[in-house]
Amino acid sequence: MKYFVKRLGQSVFTIFAVVSFSFALIRLLPGGPMDYLRAQIMEQGGSSLSPEAINRRIEAQSGINPDEPVYLQYVDYMVGLVQGDLGQSVWYGDPVTSIIGPAIPWTVFLTASALFLAFTVGVSLGALMAYKEGSKFDVGSTGVGLVLNSTPGYVVALLLVAYLGYRYNVFPTGGRYNSAIDPGFTLPFLRSVLYHGAMPIASMAIVGFGGWALSMRGNSIRVLGEDYLRVARLRGLSTRRIALRYVARNAILPMYTGLMIAIGTVFGGAVIIENIFAYPGVGFYLVKSISARDYPLMMGGFILITVAMVIGITIADLTYGWLDPRAKGGASRESY
Amino acid sequence: MSPTDGESPDDSETTTDREPTPQGDREDRALDAIAGNDDAIDPETVTGVDRSVTGGERESGSPAISGHDHTGRAPAVGDATDGSPAVRSDGGEGSDGARTSSELRSDGGTRSEGNVSEFEQMADVTLSKNERRRQWFDEKILAPARIVWDDWRARFGLVVVTVYLFMGLVGPRLVAAPSPNQGPRLLGAFRTLEYPFGTTASGVDILSQLVYATPAMLLMITAGAVFTVALGTATGTLAGYKGGRVDSVLMTITDVMMTIPGLPLTIVLAAVLEIEGNPIVIGVLITINAWAGLARAIRSQVLTLRDAEYVEASRIMGIGTPKIIASDIVPNLMPYITMNFVRQARAVIFGAVGLYFLGVLPYNSNNWGVMMNAAVNRAGATSSPAAFHWLLVPMVTIIVLALGLTLLAQGADRVFNPRVRARHAKTVESDDDGDEEGGTGGTTTAATGGL
Repeated sequence: MKYFVKRLGQSVFTIFAVVSFSFALIRLLPGGPMDYLRAQIMEQGGSSLSPEAINRRIEAQSGINPDEPVYLQYVDYMVGLVQGDLGQSVWYGDPVTSIIGPAIPWTVFLTASALFLAFTVGVSLGALMAYKEGSKFDVGSTGVGLVLNSTPGYVVALLLVAYLGYRYNVFPTGGRYNSAIDPGFTLPFLRSVLYHGAMPIASMAIVGFGGWALSMRGNSIRVLGEDYLRVARLRGLSTRRIALRYVARNAILPMYTGLMIAIGTVFGGAVIIENIFAYPGVGFYLVKSISARDYPLMMGGFILITVAMVIGITIADLTYGWLDPRAKGGASRESY
Repeated sequence: MSPTDGESPDDSETTTDREPTPQGDREDRALDAIAGNDDAIDPETVTGVDRSVTGGERESGSPAISGHDHTGRAPAVGDATDGSPAVRSDGGEGSDGARTSSELRSDGGTRSEGNVSEFEQMADVTLSKNERRRQWFDEKILAPARIVWDDWRARFGLVVVTVYLFMGLVGPRLVAAPSPNQGPRLLGAFRTLEYPFGTTASGVDILSQLVYATPAMLLMITAGAVFTVALGTATGTLAGYKGGRVDSVLMTITDVMMTIPGLPLTIVLAAVLEIEGNPIVIGVLITINAWAGLARAIRSQVLTLRDAEYVEASRIMGIGTPKIIASDIVPNLMPYITMNFVRQARAVIFGAVGLYFLGVLPYNSNNWGVMMNAAVNRAGATSSPAAFHWLLVPMVTIIVLALGLTLLAQGADRVFNPRVRARHAKTVESDDDGDEEGGTGGTTTAATGGL
C-alpha cells in the first residue's frame, strides 16, 4: 500500500515536471513560441490592434498573460491546465482540449491493441520455439524474428498502404471509421472501427512480436534448464501445470519491465503511423501543429501524450508487484 | 547474460586433452585458459615466477598455476584428474598472470634446476619489444577479429557495417553528386547499369542520393549512440554503486525522463529550439531521453556487482568512487554496454528516418528519410507503382543496416567472453614460429564450443 502511494506520487510528479518543462519551453525561450505567437496575431489583426488587445489574445490562445511576472504566469498556466484548459489552437480556432481530447481514445485504442497483439503472439511463438529448440521451425522463426525486429514500423505501414490499400483495395487508407455510419455502440460502427484500425494496428504489431518472441524463447530455454523444473517433473506434476505455472510465468516476468519501455516506443511510433494512415489521433494533430506552427496545439498534444503514457506505465508498474510477489522496494541498501 | 554463467568444460578440454608430453608444451595448453587477461603487460615490473614446482613435484602431480584475471570473470578451472596442470584464475587486479604465462612458456626446459626461493627468482627470459608488440596486437586485435569472423551472424553484421562505412567515407568520391535531370525521369530500379536503383521524378540518380546521404546518417547514428551510452552508463553505474540519496535522486530523474515519450519530445524540441540541421545535434536530439532506460538497466546490473569481493577490496583500500566504477564495475558491464550501443544506433536510424519522413526535422543535406518523404509526397509512391522503387530503395537500405547492426551486436557478445577469446589468441598457444597450427586449433574449438 505504501508502495502504491509512492508510485502514484511519482507519476503525479512526472506529469508536473513535464508540464513545467513545457511552460519553460514556451515562455522562457527568446525568439521562441511566444514571440512567434505575437507576430502571428499582429499579422492577422494588422496594426489596428492595441498592445493590450494583442496580449489578451495571446492569453486566450496560450493560457499565458505576457503582462504578468513569470511566476504568476506559471501559476496561471498550471491552474488552467488543472482545470482542463490547454489554450486555443491557432490553426483550428477551437480550444485545444476539444481537438486533442476526442483523439486520445483513438490513439490509445491503436497502441494498446498493437501492444497486446504483439505481446501475446510473440510470447506464444517464443514458448513454442523454446519447446522445439533446434528444429527447423525454431531456426526459421528466429530468422524471421530477427528481420522483423530490424524493421521500423513505418516501413511495414508504407508497404501495407501501397499493397493492401491502394493496389488491392482490401483496407481503407485513411480515417478512423466510415463517416456514413453514426458513431455509437452498434455492430456496424464497431466493425468499421476495426476495419479502419486493422492496418495501423497490424503495422505496429508485426514489427513488435519478433522481439518478444526472441526474448521469450531465450527466457524459456533458461527456465527449462532450471533445477526446480526437474523437481517439478519428478513430483509428477502435469505437463500443463509445468508449462503454465513454472515455465511461462518465470519466463514472462523478466519481460514485463520491457513492456514499460515498449509502451513508450509504441506511443512514439504511433505518431508516425497515424500520419501514414491519416488516422486522426494525437500524433496526427501533433505533426499537423508542427507544420502549421500552432504552438498551443503542439504543447497540448505533447502534454496529453505524456499523461496517457504515464498512466499506462504506472498501471504496468503497479501490476508488476502483484504478478511477482518478490518485487519489493530495494532502497534499504547501504550507501557508499 | 553474465559472462560467468557459461560452463567451464570448454576450458578443461583445452587444458586437459593432451597426454602429458614435453612439459613446455603441456603448460602451453594449460595457459591458454588464462589468456583472457590480455591486459597491458609490462615485463619490467614482473620479476618473480612461480618456482615452487620442482622436478619431483612435477612427477607426482599437477603444478598449480594461478593467474589473476584482471576483470574477475571467467574462472577457468582446469581438470586435474589426468595429471595435467590445474589452472586457476582468481578475480583480482594485476596483470602478472599473463606474464607468468609467457615466462613459463619460454623457459619450460630449464626449470628443474630452479632451487631458489620463489620470491627471489628472477625471470630469465624477456621478450623483445617487437615480440611484445606482436603479442599485444595478436591478443587485442587479431583474436577479437577471429572470434567475430567465426560466427556467421557477426560476420554478416561486420560486412554490412563495413559496406556502409565504405559508402559513407569513400562513396561520395566514387559516385557523381546527385543533381536534377541526371537521367530519365522515374526510371525503375535495376533497369540500366548506369542508374542501378533508378531515378526520381526529377531525374536524380537514386544511388547517388543514397550514397551522398550516408556520411550525415553515420554521423547522426554515432552521435546519438555515444550520447546515450555515455550518459546512461555514467548515471546507471553511479546510482547503482553509490546507493542512498544519490541513487534515489538519480533514479527519480531517470524515471521522469523514461516516462516522457521520446519521439514526440524530439518533435517538440526540434520545433521550439529552431536548431539547424547539424546531424550531430539531430542525433543527440533523437535519443534525448533514451539514456534513461539504459541507466535503469545498468543500475540493476551494478547492484549485483557492488558487493563483490574485489570491489569491496578496492573500497577498503580507499580507492575513489570514479576509479572503482571505471576499473572494477564498467569492465564487467562492457558486453551489455556494447550491445546497447548497437541497439541505440538502430534506434537512431529508425527515429531519424521516421521523423525526416514526416518532415518535422530540419535538414541541410539529403538523407534517407527525406528521400522517402519526397517519394510519397511528390510522386505518390504508395499509390503509383511507377514511383514505388523511389520509396523502396531507402527502406531496404535502412532495414539492411539495422539487421547488420543487430547481428553484429549478437556476435560482439562473444568478443567479451574471455574463454572464447583465449582460444583465439595465437601467441599464448604456440611458439613464435608455429603460428599456423596454433591458429587452426583455436578456431576449431571455438566453432564447436559457442555460447
